[in-house]
Amino acid sequence: MNKFLPFEWIVAVRFLIEGAAQTAMIIVGTSVGVGVIVFMSAMLTAIQGNFLDRILNTQAHIVVYQPDTVSRPLFRNAEFTELAVVQKPAQHISPIDQWQKTLQQVRGMNNIAVAAPVVSGNAQVVQGATAKSLSISGIEPSSYFGIVKVPSLIVSGSAELTTQNVLVGTDFARKMGAVVGDKIRITALSGQQLMLVIGGIFDLGNRGANERTAYVSLRTAQSMMAVKGGVITIEVTVGDPYAAETIAQEIAATTGLTADSWIKTNAQFFTAMTTQKLSFTVINFFIALSVAFGIASVLVVSVVQRSKEIGILRAMGSSQGQILRIFIIQGGIVGLLGSIGGSMLGFLIVFLFGTFTRNADGTALFTITITPLLMLETAAVATLAGLAAAMVPAMNAAKLDPVVAIRG
Amino acid sequence: MVDNTKAEAVLHLENVCKNYNPGTAFEAKVLKDINLTLNKGEFCALIGPSGSGKSTLLNIIGLLDRPTSGKLFLNGEETSVMKDKELTHLRGKSIGFVFQYHHLITAFTAVENVMMPFLIDKGWPDDDMRKRAEALIEQVDLTQWKDNGAANMSGGQQQRVAIARALAMNPALVLADEPTGNLDGKSADVAFDLMRKVNQENGTTFLIVTHNMELAKRTDRIVEVVDGRIV
Repeated sequence: MNKFLPFEWIVAVRFLIEGAAQTAMIIVGTSVGVGVIVFMSAMLTAIQGNFLDRILNTQAHIVVYQPDTVSRPLFRNAEFTELAVVQKPAQHISPIDQWQKTLQQVRGMNNIAVAAPVVSGNAQVVQGATAKSLSISGIEPSSYFGIVKVPSLIVSGSAELTTQNVLVGTDFARKMGAVVGDKIRITALSGQQLMLVIGGIFDLGNRGANERTAYVSLRTAQSMMAVKGGVITIEVTVGDPYAAETIAQEIAATTGLTADSWIKTNAQFFTAMTTQKLSFTVINFFIALSVAFGIASVLVVSVVQRSKEIGILRAMGSSQGQILRIFIIQGGIVGLLGSIGGSMLGFLIVFLFGTFTRNADGTALFTITITPLLMLETAAVATLAGLAAAMVPAMNAAKLDPVVAIRG
Repeated sequence: MVDNTKAEAVLHLENVCKNYNPGTAFEAKVLKDINLTLNKGEFCALIGPSGSGKSTLLNIIGLLDRPTSGKLFLNGEETSVMKDKELTHLRGKSIGFVFQYHHLITAFTAVENVMMPFLIDKGWPDDDMRKRAEALIEQVDLTQWKDNGAANMSGGQQQRVAIARALAMNPALVLADEPTGNLDGKSADVAFDLMRKVNQENGTTFLIVTHNMELAKRTDRIVEVVDGRIV
């Protein structure tokens, strides 16, 4: 007998060892369940991380801008009648009032990682017979590169921005036949024309973005969009992307401006992600439930099989609490061992998944990693499930009347 | 709560009655006004036909069941006022059980089964327990088999382990329910002689339920229960 274990543990372990076949089967059953949960959770994290990266690497979490102008209906009074139909005005580009002050205000708020002033607008580039429209962002590199890490996405040239140059995407450059050092003529929608040198070509990882996006210096954009000294949006990243909507609402309330979070602007995507997460959670929950019932059923049988032994233990002076603990411990041990087996199984499935599912070019679809935290979480969940599953059989065991049990 | 007038008595039953399903149409008066005293060192047989209530009486004496009315004193302590938890503790400390079907715990070895009452009491195993268990195993002449799994022993050997286990806590009273009923003649004699020897050497009080008149005649005293009464 192990001197480092108390009575309940000694008996629990011996019972599990004596019923080795039963114990092995339920541990394998638990492992399979836990393995699938581990794999599903890891895959969910990987898929969502992958999607989220793609979306958030190329845009700010929150965009702050001047509210839309609205038409005011005429007042109803003695001389006027209210118009039945109020025509909505066209939205013109309106710079943020006192943007420096607003920027300071936003930077001073909690949970804000980066806030950057941006002048954005559309422009056109005509080169011979090819015309392409560009979505121009005039940026302050020092702050904006904290939102979109353009320097690390540069494939040729550099990310340095002067008033004389422009950064464009790979697809734009390919369609225009342009290389670093070429000059392009950009016509803003305001009619303003500028000749800029391509200083760098970047790859945002998204064809649409690579074809349309262009970065110029803030000052260049200000003159191009005819907003001298002003900025059109303040773009913000936050610590926790999922909190973006709440923070956006705070910003709107504080500044009186409109603040759109990525969650709102990508509502469909976000809903899809939430639904995916929910369905994975539901599946995991039911797997955990079936694992718990598996453990419970084995223990129920074990209590019936061992009722005489329970009776004699009670006759020898075991308390109901001791008997209860003997069976709860068994549930916990099975859950814990199952979770260890399950984590190993999870690694195996991830490995096989990584080996057999590949992109057409042989690269991995995405990297699934099983983190130590995930393993700890699953171990905790499986152990708790085992303990919970053992509750009913353990109470049955504790409530056994020794007289009845011994006579059996 | 020690009652001095019963100080010498290990066990004293006063007007003990047991009714099953009281107050219903199925009410069964199994024990009627049982008065019984067992003194220290007595080696006593409890006999009676099937259905006479002797098993019920044994369960009540063994603190596994409570009487419907009447009082039971164990070593002078009144048990009817005790809570279930206290009864369980008292049972573990003061009473040793030997059953017809040995009821060893098969997941453990012979010596570990004998250690079990100590372990239940203390909560953690220690070397002292093992030594005492080994001494008991020696007393029942099973030293050679002490590390055998309980399931890998003959019926007679298992019953001797059960006797050693019943003696582990040095109980005031050992209750044996048909201890030889499931054994062949030779093993039965060995088991009986063993109990007799323990009784003489340690002064342990025994109450042995049996159908076997031969066996009963070899005890010091025969208590007969007929139809819920001692005759």
